[in-house]
Amino acid sequence: MLYREAGDYKTSYTDDAQTFPIKLDRWWYYAVVFVAFCIVPFVLTDYTVNAIMLPFLIFAIAALGLNILTGYCGQVSLGTGGFMAVGAYATYKLMTAFPDLNIFFIVILSGLITAIVGVLFGLPSLRIKGFYLAVATLAAQFFLVWLFNKVPWFYNNSASGQISAPERTIFGQAVTGPNAEPWVAYLFCLIFVFTLAWLTRNLTRGRIGRSWMAIRDMDIAAEIIGVNPLRTKLSAFAVSSFFIGISGSLFFAVYLGAAEVGEAFGIQKSFLVLFMVIIGGLGSIFGAFAGAAFMVLLPVFLKIFFVDTLGWPTDIAAHINFLIAGGLIVFFLIVEPHGLAALWRTVKEKLRLWPFPH
Amino acid sequence: MNDMNHDSYVTPDGRTIGPVMMEVQNITLRFGGVVAIKDISFDIREGEIRAIIGPNGAGKSSMLNVINGFYHPQEGGIYFRGEKRGPMKPYQIAQQGIARTFQNIALFKGMSTLDNIMTGRFTHMKAPVWKQALWHGEAEREEIENREVVEKIIDFLEIQAIRKTPVGRLPYGLQKRVELGRALAAEPKLLLLDEPMAGMNVEEKEDMSRFILDVNDEFGTTIALIEHDMGVVMDISDRVVVLDYGRKIGDGTPAEVIANPEVIDAYLGVSHD
Repeated sequence: MLYREAGDYKTSYTDDAQTFPIKLDRWWYYAVVFVAFCIVPFVLTDYTVNAIMLPFLIFAIAALGLNILTGYCGQVSLGTGGFMAVGAYATYKLMTAFPDLNIFFIVILSGLITAIVGVLFGLPSLRIKGFYLAVATLAAQFFLVWLFNKVPWFYNNSASGQISAPERTIFGQAVTGPNAEPWVAYLFCLIFVFTLAWLTRNLTRGRIGRSWMAIRDMDIAAEIIGVNPLRTKLSAFAVSSFFIGISGSLFFAVYLGAAEVGEAFGIQKSFLVLFMVIIGGLGSIFGAFAGAAFMVLLPVFLKIFFVDTLGWPTDIAAHINFLIAGGLIVFFLIVEPHGLAALWRTVKEKLRLWPFPH
Repeated sequence: MNDMNHDSYVTPDGRTIGPVMMEVQNITLRFGGVVAIKDISFDIREGEIRAIIGPNGAGKSSMLNVINGFYHPQEGGIYFRGEKRGPMKPYQIAQQGIARTFQNIALFKGMSTLDNIMTGRFTHMKAPVWKQALWHGEAEREEIENREVVEKIIDFLEIQAIRKTPVGRLPYGLQKRVELGRALAAEPKLLLLDEPMAGMNVEEKEDMSRFILDVNDEFGTTIALIEHDMGVVMDISDRVVVLDYGRKIGDGTPAEVIANPEVIDAYLGVSHD
């Protein structure tokens, strides 16, 4: 009954084009941002940060990035893991080569480097589409992982072949390394998530976002309107890879601390992020968050339920996890092929009329 | 012939037809051994409504695709405002001010009516990407200004009520109208319409004819259209080109064309007695 736009008149196009046109949505959004920035950091424990919050935030960035490419521009990519690896290794090289450079700028630079690599691997997209493009990006995935394994320069010739993040601080607080406080790591990632989600929203509601969607929906009609297909697709690859590079950088430097490329950034990461985008909803920012939350939280909840509540052995619980997660994914896709975001939209449309549906 | 190209004249119903805007010269288009268009020449004048008619497979849509830059003819050339056009990509031709609609609706299905028409403003928006990302200054101002233009088109086409509806949910007639709106949003100098009334009932055809005449009248847009409904063609067009099997068999005012025996043969068949 509260949730409706009746009486909420818009008198300018600026008002009409805002992100949350309905008042209750707006308040809800402010409340979430307030809680995330001002309350959550004080109640965090080591466990919640490492098991839930950091993976959720970092994969939300990756899902936003892939959503720009696949959801908005319609170019399927299976190279997400490889591009995350580029972000991680760029961060490692920059951290060790410039010890005085602030970690904040290192993360952004890593994103930019990944964007350049992404554009290179996006070049075939002018010629090939759909499944064939997916296979071409799969080549990027395997090539990049092979490259970071093969060339010792990338891991500074360390004997183990691993990369590990040295301690870096912002305002005297350690962000990376073993001494980083959980709330600092959380806030550091949250700032990136918040800013990048805001940028995504602005990009997708403006000229460039419309050109991406035009290419996705009907590339011939897009061309006839004056959209340059190559430039548009490459811009989607660049922005998407920038996001994915940042997520790879944070995944390595803030979350893992040390990484081995095949294990941390293998093909399963590409699929994980693709599932997040599909389950959350293609072409939806909320969907990226919902998908990331679903894929990160589901195993945690299932583990709590089976191991902690029912007292089952960990290995059986882990296998049942796979079964249930897989089943739920299939179930969701059958019930709502457009993902959690579409489900959420339906609920909102129903709520708008509730409790008087006629 | 040549000095006629620069003349203007007034049609019987009082509209001014300007000098030649586009000249199509001796176009031949082949797909392998199949000749789709054979040595066709005609012109389109500023401010006129030019119809291209002909039976199925006559090469009408191929002709539009040549003008659009989707097909590159093996022979012949196209002159736009007196200049010969080099090999160009479709999006470059769009930037020159040529817009079009498609025979089978080619809307962006995942987007709302408003976004579809806003996409039509693409060539009129110039803010750099980083400003769009920050939704700052120039980018926001540009968005609002173009929204105002788009709202005028929405008013003109009387589709205010479906502004925020995803186009996939709209009925056929409205989708055709939105597609016209998207093409109009580009403020084209030359508007190509590929069967704008295909599959419509009489009422929808009347609406669409009115919109086409109004576009021509109010915005002064030159229009080239392909249409099968002879009644509509005779009513709204200033001059007609008739194609058959890739050849041009007639060119002139509707009255001239309809009296042309070759045209009658192509449409009604020839008696072989």
